Amino acid sequence: MSHSLTLFEKLWDSHVVCQQEDEPALLYIDLHLVHEVTSPQAFEGLRAAARHVRRPDLTVATVDHNVPTTDRRLPISDAIAAKQIETLRNNCSEFGITLYDINSAEQGIVHVIGPELGLTQPGLTIVCGDSHTSTHGAFGALAFGIGTSEVEHVLATQCLQQSKPRTMKVEVSGTLPEGVSAKDLALAIIGQIGTDGATGHVIEYTGEAVRELSMEGRMTLCNMSIEAGARAGMIAPDETTFAYLKGRRFAPSGAQWNEAVADWRTLASDEGAQYDSTVRIDASTLAPFVTWGTNPGMVVPINGCVPDPSQAQTEADSHAAQSALEYMNLAPGTHIEEIAIDRVFIGSCTNARIEDLRAAARVVRGYRIKNNVRAMVVPGSQAIKRAAEAEGLDRIFLDAGFEWRESGCSMCLGMNPDILQPGERCASTSNRNFEGRQGRGGRTHLVSPMMAAAAAITGKFTDVRQWRFQGESR
Amino acid sequence: MKPFRSLTGIVAPLDRPNIDTDQIIPKQFLKRIERTGFGEFLFYDWRYREDGKLNEDFILNEPQYRNATILVTGRNFGCGSSREHAPWALLDYGFRAIIAPSFADIFTTNCMKNGILPVTLSEADVATLLQRALTEPGYQATVDLEKRLVTDALGFHTPFEISDFNRHRLLEGLDDIGLTLKYEPQIAAYEQRHGNAPVTSS
Repeated sequence: MSHSLTLFEKLWDSHVVCQQEDEPALLYIDLHLVHEVTSPQAFEGLRAAARHVRRPDLTVATVDHNVPTTDRRLPISDAIAAKQIETLRNNCSEFGITLYDINSAEQGIVHVIGPELGLTQPGLTIVCGDSHTSTHGAFGALAFGIGTSEVEHVLATQCLQQSKPRTMKVEVSGTLPEGVSAKDLALAIIGQIGTDGATGHVIEYTGEAVRELSMEGRMTLCNMSIEAGARAGMIAPDETTFAYLKGRRFAPSGAQWNEAVADWRTLASDEGAQYDSTVRIDASTLAPFVTWGTNPGMVVPINGCVPDPSQAQTEADSHAAQSALEYMNLAPGTHIEEIAIDRVFIGSCTNARIEDLRAAARVVRGYRIKNNVRAMVVPGSQAIKRAAEAEGLDRIFLDAGFEWRESGCSMCLGMNPDILQPGERCASTSNRNFEGRQGRGGRTHLVSPMMAAAAAITGKFTDVRQWRFQGESR
Repeated sequence: MKPFRSLTGIVAPLDRPNIDTDQIIPKQFLKRIERTGFGEFLFYDWRYREDGKLNEDFILNEPQYRNATILVTGRNFGCGSSREHAPWALLDYGFRAIIAPSFADIFTTNCMKNGILPVTLSEADVATLLQRALTEPGYQATVDLEKRLVTDALGFHTPFEISDFNRHRLLEGLDDIGLTLKYEPQIAAYEQRHGNAPVTSS
């Protein structure tokens, strides 16, 4: 009788090049995504050792982290950022790597363009020098973030030395209520297990609510896996996955498409497969979530209150909560719906895909943003920007007073000029509310695209489940 | 990579859980294309006030910790971004070993690639070291990788776990790429067997 395997184990086993006793496995990497910030020192290392890129044909690069989101015809004012971009350009040219440069029609956040181009496919191992590489697991790929030394290692060898992670099943039963999105589900899971709840594990998301998610929603969920400490997040591919991929530029076509789909259908965990741990959550009980603190696990439902640090389970947690509240300038017991915001950011590899922009635009349609609120929409890629403009979403945002920008990571991490000023409070669709993440002294609250849009209109956190949508016949 | 064998040095206490890599090295310093020179930006927003002056209230700025080589800190150290600039900054500042109840995965790997030893000890042992670093003037500890042991002059004597492979790599300061390239025939054979990986250019 054959042994029952999880999706992760199937991918792991099929990618082990060799495994010596008492050594990590040597794992083959099918797709290596490269960007400007974590790669210069890797290419420099190759040059210093007179090594070449083993498989430039399995490598692709773009610029996303530090690019401005303003008019692309203008020169980049930040000389150090410009040099980093120029360095990637030179490295890609020297080592023969395809680059989607700043003025390319394909430019965008690396985790947005991989799927969009059909490069991200079920069954692949995918790495990138970026922790949110977990995003690609939405397709049933094994995808994880690596540091620059490992970037160099993959460039030189197309392999990585890896110890086998443990497995965690996150089983989501029920159906997400109206107004509650994949982002809220991700925040609920992190709130439940903590920011180190999945350290050392690869998560597989299963259950009815996960099956019902679109590919965009699945990407949001897998994207946030790293915020629970997970090495990767995965979802077994199904008809939703195949429908998304069909016809995309690098996806298989013709007879190869049918072969590929037949192969991908085998990528599901076997009945009876064992996980090292299991977490269960009922989607139907969830509300929209808002973070109150300085890590993504510090989160409550929209109708909740800022917690009291003295109620924390351990003294260390109590101190951490106290320090978070000081940084966030919030008092225990404050109703989340009473917290006023200054800025709104709709963007990032978590929530800047077309479905995210549609969801936000649906809330915004027919309204104006609150006086004194500054709100921006940063599409995840040029392709998404074009698609949104073709649907007229840009007009909805612009008419409401939002800024409509060029694609990139932008204010998710504030490496470019898009940052919060000290003390500013932001409703953000990004993935991290760490101190100073969006700008020194900036206060970030993580929310879904609909919740961010509603906050822009009312100037404070607002339960989108009660929203009066305009211009819709019901 | 510089080998790590045994280190005796001043211990700096940073008693906070979940210190993320954005705190270790804020994003505005990630635009440089070199591997060196990140030490002056370590914990930047905590070490310096908004006007750029040294924050005297931040513990690492206290004179007795200025030359620390061992950092003792809270659980889940190094969570968040995969930026290797975080261990580069710690190393450049002078830290060669970090002791905590747990570490984030990518950060652990990044440390190992740079000759920094992440040592996982129990919450209780970490609390003891934090307390001694806070109260004993000039407190020093020894992290001995060969013996897999943390000790001090006050009787602290606690073993830690590390895989034989990682221990060997750190002790010898080995180049991982060099190790992997020994398996070139196996890599080539794998590629022969799996000829259908999608390519990135068309």
